[in-house]
Amino acid sequence: MFLIHCPYCGELRDEQEYRCAGEAFIQRPGLDCTDEQWGDYVFNRTNPKGKVIEQWAHSAGCRKLFVVERNNVTNEIYAVRTFESYKEQA
Amino acid sequence: MKYSWLEVFKAGFSGQKQWPAAWPEVSPKAAYDVVIVGGGGHGLATAYYLARDFPGTRVAVLEKGWIGGGNTGRNTTIVRSNYLWDEATNLYEHSMKLWEGLSKDLNFNVMFSQRGVYNLGHTLQDMRDIERRVNANMLNGVDAEVVSVAELKERIPILETGKQVRYPVMGASCQPRAGVARHDAVAWGFARAAAKHGVDIIQNCEVQALDIEAGRMKGLQTSRGYFKAERVGCVTAGHSSILAAMAGIRLPVTSHPLQAFVSEPMKPVLHTVVMSNAVHGYVSQSDKGDLVIGAGLDPYSGYSQRGSPHVIDHCASAMIELFPIFSRVRLNRQWGGIVDVCPDACPIISPIPQVKGLYFNCGWGTGGFKATPGSGHVFAHTIGQDQPHPLAAPFHINRFVTGALIDEHGAAAVAH
Repeated sequence: MFLIHCPYCGELRDEQEYRCAGEAFIQRPGLDCTDEQWGDYVFNRTNPKGKVIEQWAHSAGCRKLFVVERNNVTNEIYAVRTFESYKEQA
Repeated sequence: MKYSWLEVFKAGFSGQKQWPAAWPEVSPKAAYDVVIVGGGGHGLATAYYLARDFPGTRVAVLEKGWIGGGNTGRNTTIVRSNYLWDEATNLYEHSMKLWEGLSKDLNFNVMFSQRGVYNLGHTLQDMRDIERRVNANMLNGVDAEVVSVAELKERIPILETGKQVRYPVMGASCQPRAGVARHDAVAWGFARAAAKHGVDIIQNCEVQALDIEAGRMKGLQTSRGYFKAERVGCVTAGHSSILAAMAGIRLPVTSHPLQAFVSEPMKPVLHTVVMSNAVHGYVSQSDKGDLVIGAGLDPYSGYSQRGSPHVIDHCASAMIELFPIFSRVRLNRQWGGIVDVCPDACPIISPIPQVKGLYFNCGWGTGGFKATPGSGHVFAHTIGQDQPHPLAAPFHINRFVTGALIDEHGAAAVAH
C-alpha cells in the first residue's frame, strides 16, 4: 500500500482513491498505419520491471489524469507530475 | 526407479532412507536442440512432452531460481475447464483430460482430487451468464450443471445462503470433474519424468541475453555460461516481457501481483472448491487442512511478489460473508505471484514471427495452473513440429494484429 500526492488536489492520499490507467505517453499512429502498427499501439506494452511511467486518475477525488513515475518492484514513487510539466520540459 | 507400493515396502526395511534423488544433478552441455527458459510447471511439462513425443531431441530447462519456485508454488491449485468460448474450452479440457491420467503417466502422485468446483452467482445477470456458460460447456462435452440455492445449501452446509447478507447467493454452476492438485508435486513429477527422458534440468541459471543473428535463434547467454540452441521456448509467466525485451520485441501483456493466503490447518470443513466472481474470492481446503484462499489482481502493474493489503482485505471480507464460520480462523501466510495478463485474458502459445526459432508460452494471467499439462503438451508440439498445435493455433500472437481475440475476460467462470 502506498500514498500518492495528487498534483491537483495538493494532498497525499491513499492509493485506493486512484485508478491506474497504464503506461503513459503511448503515441497513437496515423490513420495510414499498417495493421501491425495499429496492433502494436492497441495491445503491446513495454511492461518494464523497475521504473515505470504511468498515467493515474484521481478517480475518487478531482478525477484528473496525471503522470506517476514509480518503481513497480518496491512501489517507491519518484515523481508525480502533470502532463503540462512534460510539455514545458520539451 | 519406478515408484510403487512394492518399492515403499522394500524401502521400509531400511527405514525409508535409501531413496535415490528424484532426478539427477547434471552438468550442462554446450549445445541443445531446444532450450526451455523457465522451470515452472508449464516449462517442465513442455520439456517432458518434447522429450517423450520427439525422441532424440536434446532438451534443457533453464531455471533462474529453483524449479516450481515461481507461480507454480504460489497459486491456489484449482483445476477446471468450464470456460465459455470453444477455443479456450478445448484447450483447458485437453488439459483436464491429461490431469485425469497424470499421476499414472508421470509415475508421481500429483494428488489430483476431483472434488468439484462451484462458481457462485449473486445477481440476475450472474445467473444468466452461468446458464449460458453451462450450456456452452455441455455443447463442448464439458460436464457442467446449474445448481439452485436449495441444492447448494444441501451440498455445502457451511455456505451462507440466507438473504440477510449484502450479496445473497442466487445459485451456482458446478463442474464435478474439476478440483485441486498438489502444486509442488506437479513441478517435481514433471521434472522427474522429464529427467527420465533425458532432459537436463539446470537450476540457478538466469538467462542474461538471447543470441539472435539475422532473425534466427543462435543461443543464450546465461549466468552459467553460453548455450547453443536454435530453438528456445520461453515460459516465464510474469517476467515474459523482460525476456521478450532481450529479443527486441514487446508483448501484449502487463504484469500484476496476484495474491493468495492460507489459514492455519484445521479439521476438514470444506470438501469442494467455491469461487465467487461477484464478491471476488475463491477457497478450498488442502489435504493438510489449511484453507487456501485466492484474491484478485492488484489494479496496477507490479513485480513485487507481495501485493497491496487492501486487495486481501476485500477478499477476506467476501470470504467471511460467504462462510461466517471462517470469521475467527487465523491466517498463516500471505504472498503474491507475478502474473502476465493478456488483453483478452487468454494465453499466447506461439512462435514469434520476428525471430525464427523463438517461441513464447505466456499470458496465462490469473489461471495458468489448471492448464499445466495441456499447455506443456501443445507447446511441445508447437516447438517440436515448428507449427502451432491445432489446439494452440487460436492462441497465436498474431491475433493481436488480426483482431481475432478470444474474449474470456469476464466470460470465464471467474474474473480474470
